[in-house]
Amino acid sequence: MAGHNHNKPESEAALRVKAIEQLLAEKGLVDPAALDVMVDLYENRVGPRNGAAVVARAWSDEAFKVRLLDDATAAIADVGYSGIQGEDMVVVENTPEVHNVVVCTLCSCYPWPVLGLPPVWYKSFAYRSRVVREPRAVLAEFDLVIPDETEIRVWDSSAEIRYLVLPRRPADSDGLDEEALAALVTRDGMIGVAAV
Amino acid sequence: MDGIHDMGGMHGFGAVPRGEHEEAVFHQPWEGRIFAIAFVVESIVPGANVDAGRHAIERIDPAAYLAASYYERWLRSVESLITDAGVCSDEDIDLRVAALRTKAADV
Repeated sequence: MAGHNHNKPESEAALRVKAIEQLLAEKGLVDPAALDVMVDLYENRVGPRNGAAVVARAWSDEAFKVRLLDDATAAIADVGYSGIQGEDMVVVENTPEVHNVVVCTLCSCYPWPVLGLPPVWYKSFAYRSRVVREPRAVLAEFDLVIPDETEIRVWDSSAEIRYLVLPRRPADSDGLDEEALAALVTRDGMIGVAAV
Repeated sequence: MDGIHDMGGMHGFGAVPRGEHEEAVFHQPWEGRIFAIAFVVESIVPGANVDAGRHAIERIDPAAYLAASYYERWLRSVESLITDAGVCSDEDIDLRVAALRTKAADV
């Protein structure tokens, strides 16, 4: 038969996952269609645009910002975002005096409802081990230089508490509406490895 | 538990791997599958929950932990949870993997 086999041999991990999915489906424990929904949710629908909307609202509405800093989970739910791995969220505000950065040294805990799933670097051994010990050096690797006189606070997330950074509103953003403000906010800013 | 996973402050891991600015959520399809499977397993398998899932990762042999990718650690966690609960055995999984590998080779 002409033509060649386009299928690369599957990796060991891919085969094991396929085996496990089949075994669990045969026992009625997983429904492959339900797994599809979960994958789609986190691949395409839950992500940092959620957090950016929260940040933009906090920049625009002082009362909301106060509520966000006091009870982040409730305030974020008011904006429409809640769910697994965000049952207890805490928002930490960057100021001229304090710059915040978030990590999970033990695994990869992250506020999914507002940021989606964490990037590979956040889960890396290098980030997990170094940012708590030498945050300025790590931030410099992200091209973020924090002045010596600014305190850096590193927040180690846990199974129970997930942190989100409220970045400083850019100086030249007066007059922008919430949608335009949200477009300025990056995932890296909400983790603390970028200014905004 | 002062296991290998407790990495805060450890030396030697080098530069943070920045990678692509906008990377795919799941780099391979199997990563997405094991992500979703883990959540179902942690919800419905006896004795399993999210904390047990993390603890299963923390119990991975240190050398294997360091050598595994992030979702490979999730795979090991799911295998621990389902074998510990008696849902299936390591042998069941190995047999199915062998069958899948044979089938793939026949294509």
